[in-house]
Amino acid sequence: MSAEEGVIAARFAGQLGGFALDVAFTAPTRGITALFGPSGCGKTTLLRCVAGLQRMAGRLAIGSEVWQDDAQGRFLRAHERPIGYVFQEASLFPHLSVRRNLEFGLARTTPVHRRVTFAEVADLLGVTDLLDRRPDGLSGGQRQRVAIARALLTSPRLLLMDEPLASLDQASRHEILPYLERLHDELAMPVLYVSHAADEVARLADHLVLLDAGRVRASGPLAALRARLDLATDAGNEADAIVECRVAAHDDVFHLTYLEFAGGRVSVPHHALPIGHAVRLRVLARDVSVTLAPQTGTSILNIFPAVVEEVAEESAAQLLVRLNVGGTPVLARITRKSASLLALAPGKPAYVQVKAVALLA
Amino acid sequence: MTGIDDIWSPVWLTLELATVTTAVLLVVGTPIAWWLARSRARSKEAVAAVVALPLVLPPTVLGFYLLLALGPNGPGGWIAGLYGARTLAFTFTGLVIGSVVYSLPFVVQPIRNAFEAFGERPLEVAATLRASPWDAFWSVAVPLARPGFVTGAVLGFAHTVGEFGVVLMIGGNIPGETKVLSVAIYDFVETLQWTQAHILAGGMLLFSFAVILTTLLIEKRLRGERS
Repeated sequence: MSAEEGVIAARFAGQLGGFALDVAFTAPTRGITALFGPSGCGKTTLLRCVAGLQRMAGRLAIGSEVWQDDAQGRFLRAHERPIGYVFQEASLFPHLSVRRNLEFGLARTTPVHRRVTFAEVADLLGVTDLLDRRPDGLSGGQRQRVAIARALLTSPRLLLMDEPLASLDQASRHEILPYLERLHDELAMPVLYVSHAADEVARLADHLVLLDAGRVRASGPLAALRARLDLATDAGNEADAIVECRVAAHDDVFHLTYLEFAGGRVSVPHHALPIGHAVRLRVLARDVSVTLAPQTGTSILNIFPAVVEEVAEESAAQLLVRLNVGGTPVLARITRKSASLLALAPGKPAYVQVKAVALLA
Repeated sequence: MTGIDDIWSPVWLTLELATVTTAVLLVVGTPIAWWLARSRARSKEAVAAVVALPLVLPPTVLGFYLLLALGPNGPGGWIAGLYGARTLAFTFTGLVIGSVVYSLPFVVQPIRNAFEAFGERPLEVAATLRASPWDAFWSVAVPLARPGFVTGAVLGFAHTVGEFGVVLMIGGNIPGETKVLSVAIYDFVETLQWTQAHILAGGMLLFSFAVILTTLLIEKRLRGERS
């Protein structure tokens, strides 16, 4: 087994118009890897290079399969790569019904490579009732679901998604997200997911490649990367930590759900989730405060013992503090004055008070 | 006196010429339209200008050069020599070649526009769904460009039916071989056979109206299907 087995290894460098791209990253062949960065940072170009829709000098290997290697003059064209590609706009073929759209890629996939059936995918994306409709009769959300199903039906080795939610309104976005999560849970297919929305990435991604101005700024597992203060100080109000929990119990009296992680038990408003179900919490740094002694007589329920790990300056007035809560990093944004009054420094024990969390299903 | 054949022979010949020409135009024009729509070559607009030349050139000028090209000393004569003839001028084959050149812009332009209208995206989608470029051309590009093909075919056919100057230069006036409708009308008028001229001219008027109306209706239906 080669060292690259089980890894997506990409390296591209080149010029496109006035824009220079020079990136190298690796990502696991399991789960969702988000290519995250501001508009114009080159994430879509990078995805198109991976798809073979655009050509830039470099090398690309998915596990032991080499799709591009300029050193050996190897370049698979887009239709020769076992990918699925979901564009920002659904881009369904207007001259074909939904069923024929779905069958387009399926018919061109050799039967031995098929790992999913038409019925399974249609059911997974909830498009079974739309099969005889024309694309122009569908809502934006329905269209995007058909586009995702169409890509999945080619049984891709790698699914590429270019901001699949960006062109949708808020309602359609909420309609699609659960389907994307089911995809993540039910199909063992690696996904490269381009996005500039921090909440979307927090909810879906396992691995992160941070892009900025055509370069990779950092890459690694989501939670680890989110806790890096040098990156978080640039995230502004979006600075956050991701906490992986399991549903521990439901409280029928107060209508709460209790979630457990290594650092303690989190109370959230009731969610109808089975006990033991894995959920992800997004804790924004601006919703976390720090005390030296556990507070009593407070309305805040979620208080955890922690140890200060690192302090970084965000602005002249504000600091970001990373605390270790039973092994899980949590970020807090506090004023420089408070930090001085509490004498916060690495190694100092403290308590974090979490005012609000977002449960990412 | 002219017999019934003197009227119908040019009509059939014209329909035959227009049908063959349209078929050839679709085969020749489609790759040109595709290349003009997709290529990023700098020579592209020069090629487009050559294709469009018949729109501007007087038919007699075009006919003059075609006559030289098709004649015994031109490439046409050389081709004719392959099967023992002397020239392609004043033959049905020569008329088809002339008509193809003359009507080319009327077929290429609508098809090129249709190919350009849907952009790169559908072809990229097809590629990500495992369709080779050849496959995507037939399964995506051609169906999406269907209104352009209909317009191009109808215009090419109608324009061939209506040509006069080029035919006169390279076809002459051989009954059953090169004497097409427009030339026949000219002949009837020259020889003061007004009734025959009326029948053919009136028929052309109705035919042209029917062609344009049909095209408009077909285009409307094709658009309606899609939006």
